[in-house]
Amino acid sequence: MKVLLKTLGFSLALTLLFTFVTYLLPQVEGEAPVEKVVDLSSLTMDDFIALGEDLFNTKGTCTLCHKPAPLGRAPDIQGMNTVALSNERLADERYQGEAKDAAGYILESMLDPSRYVVATWGKKGTNDSESPMPAIDKPPIELSAIEMDAIIAYLQAKDGNDVTVVLPSPEDAASVASTDKKASDATALPAPATTVEEALGKYACTACHAMDSSDTLVGPGLVDIGTRLSMEDIRQSIVDPNAVIAEGFAAAMPADFATKMTVKELDMIVAYLVEKK
Amino acid sequence: MNDKRPSNQPERPSTQIRWGRLLWFALSMLLLVSGLAQAAEQDTTLDRITPIGMVQATGEPLTTKTTPDIADVDTAEPIAAPRPSRSDYPDIGVSSRAIVWILAQLHLFFAALVLAVPLFVLTIELLGVYTGDDRYDNMAYEFMKISLTGFSITAIFGGSLALALFLLYPDFMGYMMHVFGAQVLVYAILFFLESFFLYTYYYGWNAFRYGNLKWVHLSLGLMLNAAGLTIMVVANSWATFMMAPSGVNEVGAVVGNIWEIMKGPLWNPINLHRFIANIAFGGAVVGAYAAFKFLSTTDPDKRAHYDWMGYTSNFIAILAFLPLPFAGYWLMAEIYAYSQQMGITAMGGILAWLFIVQAVLIGTILLAGNFYLWAGMSRTDGSDRYKGLIKYIAVTLVVCFLIWVTPHTLILSASEISLLGGSHHHILGPLGIMPAKNVAVNLMLVVTFLSFQLYRRSDKVATVSWAPMGNALMVAIYVVAIVNIIFLGVYYGYFTNTVYKVGSSVAQVASTLVVIIAGIVIDTLMFRNAKTLPSHWGRIPDRAQYALFALPIAFTWLMGLMGYVRSSVKTHWHVYTVMKDNSPDNFIPTIAYAGNMITIVTVLFLLCVLFMFWVANLSSTRQAKPAAGGAV
Repeated sequence: MKVLLKTLGFSLALTLLFTFVTYLLPQVEGEAPVEKVVDLSSLTMDDFIALGEDLFNTKGTCTLCHKPAPLGRAPDIQGMNTVALSNERLADERYQGEAKDAAGYILESMLDPSRYVVATWGKKGTNDSESPMPAIDKPPIELSAIEMDAIIAYLQAKDGNDVTVVLPSPEDAASVASTDKKASDATALPAPATTVEEALGKYACTACHAMDSSDTLVGPGLVDIGTRLSMEDIRQSIVDPNAVIAEGFAAAMPADFATKMTVKELDMIVAYLVEKK
Repeated sequence: MNDKRPSNQPERPSTQIRWGRLLWFALSMLLLVSGLAQAAEQDTTLDRITPIGMVQATGEPLTTKTTPDIADVDTAEPIAAPRPSRSDYPDIGVSSRAIVWILAQLHLFFAALVLAVPLFVLTIELLGVYTGDDRYDNMAYEFMKISLTGFSITAIFGGSLALALFLLYPDFMGYMMHVFGAQVLVYAILFFLESFFLYTYYYGWNAFRYGNLKWVHLSLGLMLNAAGLTIMVVANSWATFMMAPSGVNEVGAVVGNIWEIMKGPLWNPINLHRFIANIAFGGAVVGAYAAFKFLSTTDPDKRAHYDWMGYTSNFIAILAFLPLPFAGYWLMAEIYAYSQQMGITAMGGILAWLFIVQAVLIGTILLAGNFYLWAGMSRTDGSDRYKGLIKYIAVTLVVCFLIWVTPHTLILSASEISLLGGSHHHILGPLGIMPAKNVAVNLMLVVTFLSFQLYRRSDKVATVSWAPMGNALMVAIYVVAIVNIIFLGVYYGYFTNTVYKVGSSVAQVASTLVVIIAGIVIDTLMFRNAKTLPSHWGRIPDRAQYALFALPIAFTWLMGLMGYVRSSVKTHWHVYTVMKDNSPDNFIPTIAYAGNMITIVTVLFLLCVLFMFWVANLSSTRQAKPAAGGAV
């Protein structure tokens, strides 16, 4: 028993010593990127530049590589005049990109980093034809167009250069959101709708059916559909629209909702319509 | 392994029949050929890192076989990776990550142990067959006996882990099941196979002990290892898929077959790294058993036996440990090739501080391993010739250890920065970056091998005529290698572009490997027919046994630490770039929190191992028959 206690005591003490070492080191948490809501209607350029700096250091993860020698694995763009540097590269005969100015060059290097690789910074074995930098509008970084503009604004402003990117307006945000959605739709399967409004929009029901009147668009208005059809009939009209067609209407409704809709989405839409009396 | 074992034992039975050897040979060849065939199928680096989501798409020429365009995806109606919101993660009132962390780590600890033990048990058994020394056979059997319960404990933790994952991360597990499909059933079938070979191997040990049946027994051991290793590489594919997904498109929809999904860019580096680390870990754990038994008895014969067993375990652990950093280099190089961002997150980002702790742990392992070898020199009378070198080795180890743990950046107050003259110390600052640490770790490995070499030489006197020349050659190799390691680290680390650092570390590693290989070759040839000096098993200070406890504790902690780093480089992704982690635990915790978790799993593992050893000894304990009066 004495040996057991001594060996256990030794083992435990050693374990605690290792734990103690972890307490001596800096205690930092690595937060996952948090989507920030920025009120664009009151956004100033200073705010936008500050947002860019924050993105550069956090969500953009730019500082993982872009830091001073000898630690950096990419040019130290925070320590150099980025605009002057961009103009030098635009003038380089190796440059084959499409950018015309510094802002365009910075944006291009974020979206397509291999378009121009600074000498000695390329992937090993590629003779500087390929950059190790990921496209930052794609996973795992996924910056939006506005976020990239903010970073450009920061990189321009930090050395006293004129900021040439335009401050985003609420309309731009809507446009970006729409673009993002389109891009997302193109590359990903749509996420399930969480509300009935989303579901109606997702399946474009309102493109053919008026929900708040009996007006006929392509299909009949549904303002009082709950008085005309039972829950089961409504469900059947969605999943198998050609089973019973309303009098005077052609068989124009898509027949593939049964395979496209999730059960939850179908239930939401049916419950919503059955209440329309 | 070591010719200084307690004493020689019975002769081999001479009635061996050829078919047993043939069976062994045929199975060995079959496994070898299948392994080579698998290796031959390896594609180029470019192929192996395709596709990995859009990270790979930046500049890499896309290969058509695994990256169909969106139109193809739409046609096939693939299922994209789910995008769970925070509310989709069940909340049971305790951190889900903490639960999974503990169960996964305990499962991995025991899995590592029970995969490693049969590997070196088979080797020791084979050694027993070729040397004809029954003591090898007995020791191999004892190793199996003490780890047998570990198989059940591994399965218990594995099952608990699976249930916890399905309960706490249903969307993620649903996706993983969708991606890997029937492969998980193959995994389950492998357990049946492993159990069959395990029980026939263990319980058949004495029934199939000699002659032809011994070869049948060895074949069972071979198949046990084949089943175990296959289980390991299958399970590894899940972990590496999460780090560097392949066989899926950018939204996580499956576009490749199961083989394309499994053979991601990090699969083989992880397979190799875990294979070697498991052996080191397994050797260290059974070494603690031998040390405990050694300390618990005063019987000279038993002390001699457990001293030898402890030595053998330490030999296995350190021998496997020496090439481990090289497997680690390969793994990190592949991680950088896959995603520089991921590599830097590990080595230069928030997780980089953990490598200071790693340095402390590896330093502990090397110091303990060396100390055990130096203490073990007292077993032989011929060791006096080499004891003078120990102090130099010790100084080198300590200096290198201190360089290794020197942090680059310190959290300082304004007054401290003022006193220091900047955020980095002007002399110690340069010691904080990787080139200095690469020099330190390679020198530590070189001098550890020197300790081992001196120990091995301590009971021998070379009789070959070219012995002085051989010694001179060996010394020259050490000198050149040490100079080369220091030069490469200093020149390429501080005076050239940072991208050359990794490249120069490969040459440093090569220098270390040259020393090890040359040392083994020269000593093997030079000490052939050498004069053997007397050695006395059991003649070792008790305090040396504590080195055998330090090893498994440090190994366990190290495995916990590096497993945490490996998993955390994914940051806020379940499956990097294709499935985000939106759970409340999707952040990287503080180092102290991670340290606490690793300590918890280490202590739990220690308790489970104690139980495993206790049960193993229980089977050989027989209660005395109660006296007639009923007294016990």
